[in-house]
Amino acid sequence: MDLPMTDEQRMLVEQVRRFVREEIVPLEDKLDPDASELPDEDYERLTAVTRQMGLFGIDIPEEYGGPGLDLTTRALLAFEMAQHRAGLYAPCYNVFGATGLAQLYEANDDQKERYLYPTLRGEMKGFFGLTEPSGGSDPARAIQTRAVKDGDHWVVNGAKIFISAADKAQYGIIFARTDPAKGRNGITCFIVDADMPGFHVRRVVHTLRSSHYACELQFDNLRIPERNVLGEVDKGFSIANERLSRQRIPYAAACIGIAIKAQAMAIDYAKLRQTFGAPLASRQAIQWMIVDNELDIRTSIGLILAAAAKCDRGEPYRTDAALAKLLAAEAGGRVVDRAMQIHGGMGVTKDLPLERWYREMRIRRIGEGPSEVQRLIIARDLLDGAYH
Amino acid sequence: MNLRLTKPWIELTAENVAKLPGQLGIYQIGEPDGSIVYIGFAGGRTLFGLRSELESWLKLRAGKPARFRYEVNMQYTTRHQELLMLHVAEHGGVPVANTDVDPRRLGRLSPA
Repeated sequence: MDLPMTDEQRMLVEQVRRFVREEIVPLEDKLDPDASELPDEDYERLTAVTRQMGLFGIDIPEEYGGPGLDLTTRALLAFEMAQHRAGLYAPCYNVFGATGLAQLYEANDDQKERYLYPTLRGEMKGFFGLTEPSGGSDPARAIQTRAVKDGDHWVVNGAKIFISAADKAQYGIIFARTDPAKGRNGITCFIVDADMPGFHVRRVVHTLRSSHYACELQFDNLRIPERNVLGEVDKGFSIANERLSRQRIPYAAACIGIAIKAQAMAIDYAKLRQTFGAPLASRQAIQWMIVDNELDIRTSIGLILAAAAKCDRGEPYRTDAALAKLLAAEAGGRVVDRAMQIHGGMGVTKDLPLERWYREMRIRRIGEGPSEVQRLIIARDLLDGAYH
Repeated sequence: MNLRLTKPWIELTAENVAKLPGQLGIYQIGEPDGSIVYIGFAGGRTLFGLRSELESWLKLRAGKPARFRYEVNMQYTTRHQELLMLHVAEHGGVPVANTDVDPRRLGRLSPA
């Protein structure tokens, strides 16, 4: 597929495509089919390569030492980085750097010194704690974790669920209700140290994504110093919301990276596999599935790149990001499903990556805002005249 | 799902191992005194799943008494990590034979 790209974007895309094909895919023959981490020696060897490419810390802004990619380039690379077995949730096993906590770029200087810079140097890891047992789709109303001021500290009580990496992180960003009367304007964002008394990782939450678990957290009279308030008191929700829109674009692109690879596999297999004396590719039922796959992929790419371009131009892009996320998560799932059907019995084995993608892709219709919430955002913006 | 593995212990004998399913899952190897020696998993690359894994342990123990318990589980990767984290939380480290695990890469768990 020939996408509109600048010469620089084309060079980067080809570089990453070659890296995935020559460095990542061969490693997966040795790993467990559900692995999401590389052995240390492979990780270190490959991060040295991505540093040489100038792409390590891919999501870090230029002023903090990252490559400073615009969102369009980031989406183009996300299509490529996802095209391997673990690629949906662990693109290239994070050798381009893990996704950072973008909220920390808004932190004050003291907080940057204590959390942001050590994270950028790879000395600390953080987690993002928004969702609660009471709900995740409507965090402004669902957040029940309470923070009450006590001298120069805030005392936090409550729970969070589906929080990735909280058990291995040294700190995290959490959201708590500081003024119950103010709804979404009564939520504050805090930086919490994982070794503070009252911080507990209570259990591992197993999901379809069998390679990676989430955690359930409990805060039991957790005392957070005033200087760990991120941003302004009662204005934490805008910090969470900004992240959600931007994140949806590479998230959508990864879905379509997987779909592109699944479609390529389906085409190869359909030409190779013989049934009743003729290749599968000669059967109209198979041809139609391949055409439907292509439609799903190309329409999704169009929406993803349109949303990214709007963001890069500094225009409002919330609705476009929701459209891209909605279509890519649903279309990507359909493509993997059809590719699995074309592969028949082989498609459901762990010999091929399709079964892992099938399980993990199902989560994409829920993660980063479920399809129904995306539809809600789009409908509201259309009906309000906020989207043209 | 129960956090702890609560399946009954089974003597590690050729006869008992032969009865095991070829499915994926996790298992524990225990000494007769009740201590856990090893926590492992039968993953997607294992030839005959749990049976292959326990056959290896049968050879490794070479007649030395031991017991095992297992859980058929498609989420073998995360369940394996969970059991290791639980062992660290309750015993201060990974089981003695888990030299294949770097404890620094495990998460922290403080079960209620």
